[in-house]
Amino acid sequence: MTSIQKPPVRHPSLQVNALGLTRRDYEGAMSTLCAGCGHDSVTAAIVQAFYELDVPPHRAAKMSGIGCSSKTTAYFMRQSHGFNSVHGRMPSVASGANAANRDLVYIGISGDGDSLSIGLGQLCHAIRRNVDMLYVLENNGVYGLTKGQFSASADVGSKSKRGEANVQRPIDPVLLALSLGATFVARGFSGDKTRLVPMLKAGLRHKGFALIDVISPCVSFNDHEGSTKSYRFTRENYHDVAPVDFVPLQREITAETEAGASVSVTMHDGSIVRFREVPSDYDPTDRDAAYAHVRARQERGEIVTGLLYIDEQSADMHETANTVARPLVDLPYESLCPGRAALDELMDEYR
Amino acid sequence: MPTDVSNPQYYHKVVDCQWACPAHTNVPEYIRLIAQGRYTESYLLNRQSNVFPGILGRTCDRPCEPACRRGRVDGKPVAICRLKRVAADLRDDDIHEYLPPVPAQKNGKRVALVGAGPAALTVANDLMPLGYEVVIYEKNQRAGGLMRVNIPSFRLPAEVLDEETQIILDMGVDIRYGTPVTSMRSLLGEGYDAIFVGSGAPKGKELELPGRRETDQIFIGIEWLASVHFGHIEKIGERVLIIGVGNTAMDCCRTSRRLGGTDIKVIARRSRPYFKASPWELEDAEEEGVQIVENHSPKRFIVEQGKLVGMELDRLRWFEQNGKQKSQVIDSVVIPCDSVILAIGQDNAFPWLERDLGIDFDENGMPVVDKQTFASTKPGVFFGGDAAWGPENIIWAVEHGHQAAISIHNHCMGIPLTERPAYGMNLVSSKVGMHAWSYSNDYSPAPRSKMTHEELTKRFSKLSVEVELGFTPEQTVAEVERCLNCDIETHFTSNLCIECDACVDVCPVSCLTITQDGAEPELRTRLMAPALNLTQPLYVSEALPQTKRVMVKDEDVCLHCGLCAERCPTAAWDMREFDLLVPYAGRAVQMVTLARAEARRPVAAT
Ligand SMILES: Cc1cc2nc3c(=O)[nH]c(=O)nc-3n(C[C@H](O)[C@H](O)[C@H](O)COP(=O)(O)OP(=O)(O)OC[C@H]3O[C@@H](n4cnc5c(N)ncnc54)[C@H](O)[C@@H]3O)c2cc1C
Ligand SMILES: Cc1ncc(C[n+]2csc(CCOP(=O)(O)OP(=O)(O)O)c2C)c(N)n1
Ligand code: SF4
Ligand code: SF4
Ligand code: SF4
Ligand SMILES: [Mg+2]
Repeated sequence: MTSIQKPPVRHPSLQVNALGLTRRDYEGAMSTLCAGCGHDSVTAAIVQAFYELDVPPHRAAKMSGIGCSSKTTAYFMRQSHGFNSVHGRMPSVASGANAANRDLVYIGISGDGDSLSIGLGQLCHAIRRNVDMLYVLENNGVYGLTKGQFSASADVGSKSKRGEANVQRPIDPVLLALSLGATFVARGFSGDKTRLVPMLKAGLRHKGFALIDVISPCVSFNDHEGSTKSYRFTRENYHDVAPVDFVPLQREITAETEAGASVSVTMHDGSIVRFREVPSDYDPTDRDAAYAHVRARQERGEIVTGLLYIDEQSADMHETANTVARPLVDLPYESLCPGRAALDELMDEYR
Repeated sequence: MPTDVSNPQYYHKVVDCQWACPAHTNVPEYIRLIAQGRYTESYLLNRQSNVFPGILGRTCDRPCEPACRRGRVDGKPVAICRLKRVAADLRDDDIHEYLPPVPAQKNGKRVALVGAGPAALTVANDLMPLGYEVVIYEKNQRAGGLMRVNIPSFRLPAEVLDEETQIILDMGVDIRYGTPVTSMRSLLGEGYDAIFVGSGAPKGKELELPGRRETDQIFIGIEWLASVHFGHIEKIGERVLIIGVGNTAMDCCRTSRRLGGTDIKVIARRSRPYFKASPWELEDAEEEGVQIVENHSPKRFIVEQGKLVGMELDRLRWFEQNGKQKSQVIDSVVIPCDSVILAIGQDNAFPWLERDLGIDFDENGMPVVDKQTFASTKPGVFFGGDAAWGPENIIWAVEHGHQAAISIHNHCMGIPLTERPAYGMNLVSSKVGMHAWSYSNDYSPAPRSKMTHEELTKRFSKLSVEVELGFTPEQTVAEVERCLNCDIETHFTSNLCIECDACVDVCPVSCLTITQDGAEPELRTRLMAPALNLTQPLYVSEALPQTKRVMVKDEDVCLHCGLCAERCPTAAWDMREFDLLVPYAGRAVQMVTLARAEARRPVAAT
């Protein structure tokens, strides 16, 4: 806990976005996480991404479960909607919210414990349903909030703070999501915002379920020598497949920004994700190739990061279910609740 | 290139007020002492550098305030000057025992000072504790120089002046009142080891226009103020014109208001932005009903039958030509008046100083004085205050005095004048607990406190009624909290940093960036917020351990809130109290006086 609130003063040359808001207008309450926690840095990257995308804060919904990571929804966009669910249940609450109001921008924040243990089933089904949301999994290899037990993402051989090595095989959220048919799969690192921010922006703009697994070191319980989720280990072993640029629809694409791009993917709203210097054995629009690439690199002991797979063609939950185009809140009361006669008519169909 | 913070001047520059103060007064520390109710210590800390806290707390030109960081944060600087007065008003009555002791055993060196203005008094203040025998020759009957005879008592009460000049004289100075030095040659003949000339710039400028010599109702500002002080003048005409719009003009118009003037106009050749008087002086004058007339240039005095009846003035229009401001006369107007006071500047004059003594003067009649050592061209003769380079102000006179004292001491001890004692610093962590600091780090959004003034009728009832009433306790409490504690420095230890970004993310004013090193102009453009204020430095760390990038800090609007240090998991950032060790003659640094005051008084609970 810090001793004071963040003073309401800003740098005179702080920039504003298209809505006239500064980065600071996208902040939330003061973080109560340990000083130096990777999650705080992810929060700052999220603030930056929403600010750069000119999202009106009141048009976003922040969903989370339980854990240090899940607490962070309080630390950004104080004017947004939010729901802090029970442990591991964020995906279904988010699905429900999205079903009711499809016009909001949904961001779910979870941890490796929240997502890969108690909430694993929930996560799988949200992916399967292709709920239109960005799902940020802040991955530190431990249950931070309950003081550092190994989580399901801990690598074999990674040492706990007291020196014991983990022996169970990890669940890799990226491979899991690829195999379950996720339409946007990426991995980032909290200590590298220059890569994380464009990835978050693309994820927010993606139509369907976007999973970003963010390696986010736990300074208090998993940043020691022997841990494979520490700042130092991650910095020494992560390999970005290809830097991505997110080019919003509004901005003109200049020749210069095009140079060196080997793959470009146009998103449903016309924005473009550009991959610079993509290796020849890799295609971010080919699910099998992406899976193979991640596996191959993993065998070599590398932590593969980057926007690994993207599919802009698949139908999301609403399209599949053929739901009404408008959010329920915007429907007239008579069509939402057509009355006794309509109900009776419906019931008759089932007789 | 990594920034060298082991050089005391780097952190000194971060303390904007202290850097701007000619005498380098430790402003934030004295403000904290006031906040803790430790007025005497606050006073003594002030006194160490500026010697006259009670006087300056009312009259200082306050170069610190335009420099104050708070001004860049919310538009209004901390009321540094008036807080100084709080310390002076509330300190213990008797502070003699906290002053540096004056040895009974003298060091055998005798020094003569010409004049008892702030410059010379500072020299005496610095030399007496070193065992010098100091003789002051003063033509008036009291000490203080222009502070006494020119600054009106409604701005500076005589008791305050008496007290602070007496503290110095009580050190055992041999002051000879009513003794003008009439010949430098004979003074040199007295065999002093050193002579300091602090005789000021005593001559008011003339304005020779038609009619000037036909009436006795045209006065020279500084002479007129002195005559008022001595009681030789007690009245002035009802309609008064003051020519000029500097500090002297402000005192002349306000004094006129108290001597029977009812319709007072200050005539300025230019428009407001170019006025010499400070904005607060203008405000005070206008509050008293004085009118400021812009863009008028005096043409002639109109005297009818030996009686001054008005002045003819040209109305001017200003424009720019080849980058220079030029004026054009529009027409001329007559403004009726009964008296005129000329306040258009001061000149130096040394009628008592023979020109064949080896003391060189330049073509403008000014002595040739070394900027660093204050030495004239004759070894052992020094100049300071207004006498050295023309009219300045009290705080500059004080700083000249300190520097001249160092030179005099070197001269008498056989040390080259240019071998000056070095600045030093102390840097101590202010961390006193997990998230607790030894200073109040929270940002107070309070607006600047406004000084309350005596009501107008009371003010005009007597010349010596002090206008400013001082801050109330509530105002003081609010104002001390506005100070950002710029001397509590953000100190960085690069090899501790794990590059978690916590500090960068938490900083409310986007001061911090971790990035690739680069040349400064280019580096300034790619920070969290572009560093556009080029007068403020960038701090650049050594290469960070994990990625070899650097930590960059734009000092411009850092609030010294300590959040970076609180959020840093490794204490790579720490908040450290910086104490500039300013050298004085014969004493590298002296916190002695303070330590003694502290020992006596139980620390106030905060
Ligand atoms: C009207 C007016 C208002 C001012 N208001 C302010 C203000 O509010 N704040 C501020 O900071 N500054 C102010 N100043 C400026 C400030 O007063 C001077 O800059 C300062 O006093 C200079 O100090 P000094 O020690 O150099 O000389 P002075 O103060 O001029 O003192 C010189 C002394 O030397 C004596 N002396 C001169 N010749 C001889 C001699 N031959 N023998 C013996 N004694 C001699 C004089 O009698 C005098 O006492 C003001 C000036 C004026 C004119
Ligand atoms: C139903 C339920 N079971 C167990 C817990 C205890 N618990 C709280 S947080 C947590 C794990 C959090 O781990 P993770 O999601 O990785 O978050 P982190 O703190 O590491 O960011 C557990 C098991 C709980 N709060 N509720
Ligand atoms: S805020 Fe305080 S310490 Fe900082 S410059 Fe202003 S007065 Fe000085
Ligand atoms: S003290 Fe630290 S956090 Fe506070 S404004 Fe300065 S650099 Fe930023
Ligand atoms: S908080 Fe500390 S460790 Fe983290 S980046 Fe800042 S200085 Fe480095
Ligand atoms: Mg975790």
